[in-house]
Amino acid sequence: MSVLHIQDMTLSYGAKTVLSDIDLPEIQGGTMVGVLGPNGVGKSTFMRALAGVGDYSGRVFLDGENVEEMTYLQRSGLIGYLPQTLPQGTSLVAYEAVLSACRAVRPDLSASVVEDMVEEVFDVLGIRHLAFHALSKLSGGQRQMVGLAQVIVRKPSLLLLDEPTSALDLRWQLGVFDVVKSLVKQRNGICLMPIHDINLALRHCDQILLFSRGGILAYGPPEAAMTEENLRIAYRVEGRVETCSQGKPYVIAETALPFSE
Amino acid sequence: MSAKTTLAADYRRLMLHRMIWLGLMFCVLVFIVMLNVSIGPAKLSFGQIVTGVFNSSSLTDNENLILWQLRLPYALMAVCVGACLGLAGAEMQTVLNNPLASPTTLGVMHAATFGASLAIVFKFIPFGLPENYVVPFCAFTGAIGAVLFIQYFSKRFGATVDTVILVGIAMFFALEAMISLIQFVADSDSLQQMVFWTMGSLARATWEKVGIVFLVFAICLPFSIRQVWKMTALRGGEEYAKSFGVSVERLRLIVLFRVSVMTAVAVAFTGVIGFVGLVGPHISRLAFGEDHRFYLPGAALAGAFILAGASILSKTIVPGILIPDGIVTALIGIPLFLGLLINQKRRGK
Repeated sequence: MSVLHIQDMTLSYGAKTVLSDIDLPEIQGGTMVGVLGPNGVGKSTFMRALAGVGDYSGRVFLDGENVEEMTYLQRSGLIGYLPQTLPQGTSLVAYEAVLSACRAVRPDLSASVVEDMVEEVFDVLGIRHLAFHALSKLSGGQRQMVGLAQVIVRKPSLLLLDEPTSALDLRWQLGVFDVVKSLVKQRNGICLMPIHDINLALRHCDQILLFSRGGILAYGPPEAAMTEENLRIAYRVEGRVETCSQGKPYVIAETALPFSE
Repeated sequence: MSAKTTLAADYRRLMLHRMIWLGLMFCVLVFIVMLNVSIGPAKLSFGQIVTGVFNSSSLTDNENLILWQLRLPYALMAVCVGACLGLAGAEMQTVLNNPLASPTTLGVMHAATFGASLAIVFKFIPFGLPENYVVPFCAFTGAIGAVLFIQYFSKRFGATVDTVILVGIAMFFALEAMISLIQFVADSDSLQQMVFWTMGSLARATWEKVGIVFLVFAICLPFSIRQVWKMTALRGGEEYAKSFGVSVERLRLIVLFRVSVMTAVAVAFTGVIGFVGLVGPHISRLAFGEDHRFYLPGAALAGAFILAGASILSKTIVPGILIPDGIVTALIGIPLFLGLLINQKRRGK
C-alpha cells in the first residue's frame, strides 16, 4: 500500500519560481492522478522534482520515507519516471533498451529475473513485434511505447508519466491507460500523469490536480476539480463542462479568452 | 518468430550471432598481425615467421632480431594503439551522445602534441628520463593536463554535453594556437621533428612501449565492462537514463577520464593518429548495434584492425619507405568507412 505525501513544495526553474505552496492531502495507493494546467505552468518541472531529477524545496514522503534521503538504488526501485521527450532514435533495439534500463540500475537482480520482467512488459504493452527493431526505425508513437516499457519494467510503485500518450493514436492511448490503470490497481501503486488531453484525464483518472498561476488551483475528483470557472482561470478558455451518458464530465472548449484580465 | 519462443531466447540467438562475428573479427586480426610481421625488406616467408614465433631456434640470429625486435613490436603496437583508440572513441561517442566525437574531440591529442612540441623544441629533459621517453612523457603530461582542466571545469559548471564539448573545443583552438607559436619559434630541425610527430608513426615501437599501452588498455577495459549497462541505457537518451536512476554526469566524467588516459598513453608513443577513434566505433555500431557488451569490444577490435591494416600498407605502398601511419590510416579508413556507410544506406537498414 503506497502513500504519497507532498508538503509545502516549491519549484524553481533557474531563478524563477514556477510553482509554490504545493500541499496535497495524502494520495493513497491505487490512485490515478491527472496533472492538468496550461503550457509552461510547471507540470514537467513538478514531475522531474518528484522523480529526483530536478531540485525543489519542501518535503515529499513515499510510504513515510523522505524521497530526498533515498539512495539512487532505492529510488529507482520505487519511482518510475517517464520523461516528456521520446527515447532517442539510435541503433539500439527495443529489447536492449528495456533490458539495459533494468540492468543498469538493478544490479541486485539476476539476469534471468530481469529477462522475465522484460518479457512480461513487452507482452503487457502489446509491443512484442517491435522487440528487435532499432529505435531509429520506430515511429514516434512506437518509441514512446518503448520508453513506457523502460519505465514500467521495474514495476515501480510511484509512476510519474509525463504525457505518455502525446505521440500515440487513439487505440494506443486507450491501451496505455488500460495498462497503467491495471498496474496501479494491481500493485496498489500511485500514478501521476501530466496530460494535455483534458477529456482523457477526466475519463480515466481518479483525481485531478489542476495547476494555474504558480500554484494549485484545484485538487479533487474530476467532476469537482474541472468546472467552467476553473477552465476559464487555468486555460483562459470559455467552455462547457457537460456530463456524458456514462456520468463522466466532458469538456467542450468554445472560445479562447484574451490573456490579460 | 513463433509464438512459443521467448524474447530472451531470440535475443540469445542474436547475441550468439554477434559473438561469432566478434570471434571471426579476432581471427582476421590475428591473421593480419601475422601478415604484418611477415612483410618487410628482409625476405622472411609467412611460414618462417609462424615457426619462428613458436621456435626461435629455427631462425638465424639476424632473422630473430628482425622478428623479435622490429617486426613484432611494430605489429603489436598497431594492435594495442588501435584497440585503445577504438575503445576510447566508442565510449566518447556514447557519453557525449555524438557520433562525431572521437578521442580527438576534446583536444587530448592537441594537448599531447603541445607537450611533445615543448620537449622537441626546448629539449628539456624532466627527471633525467631516458632520451626516447622524453617526448612520450611530455606528450602524456600535456594530455593529462588538458583532461584535468576539462574535468575541473565540468565539475564546477555541470558536466552537461554542451559544457564539456564547448570547453573541449575552446581548448582545442587555444592549443592549436600555442602549437603554431612553438612552431614559429622552432628551428628547422625541430620543426621537422614536430611535423613528423603529428603524422603519427608506429616505427618507434619497442616491447616496453607495447607493454605499457597494453597494460593501460587491460586496466581500463574491466572498468568499461563494469559500466556497460549504464552506457547502453544512456544510448536511449540522457533524460531516460537519468530517470532510471543513472547518475549521468558522474558517469560522463569518469568515462571521459578513462578515455583520455587511454588516448594519452596511446598517442604519447606514436604521435597523432586521429581517424581510428572516429571510424572504429562506427564500424562496430554497424556490425554489432549498440549493446555495449558487443559494441565496446567490437570498436576495440575494429580500431586494432584498421591500424594493423594501415601499418601493412604504410610499409608496402612505397617499398623501403615507411609512410607515417597517421596518414595511411586516414587514407584507407575513409574509403572503408564510406563504403560501409553507402552499403548500409543501400540496404535501407
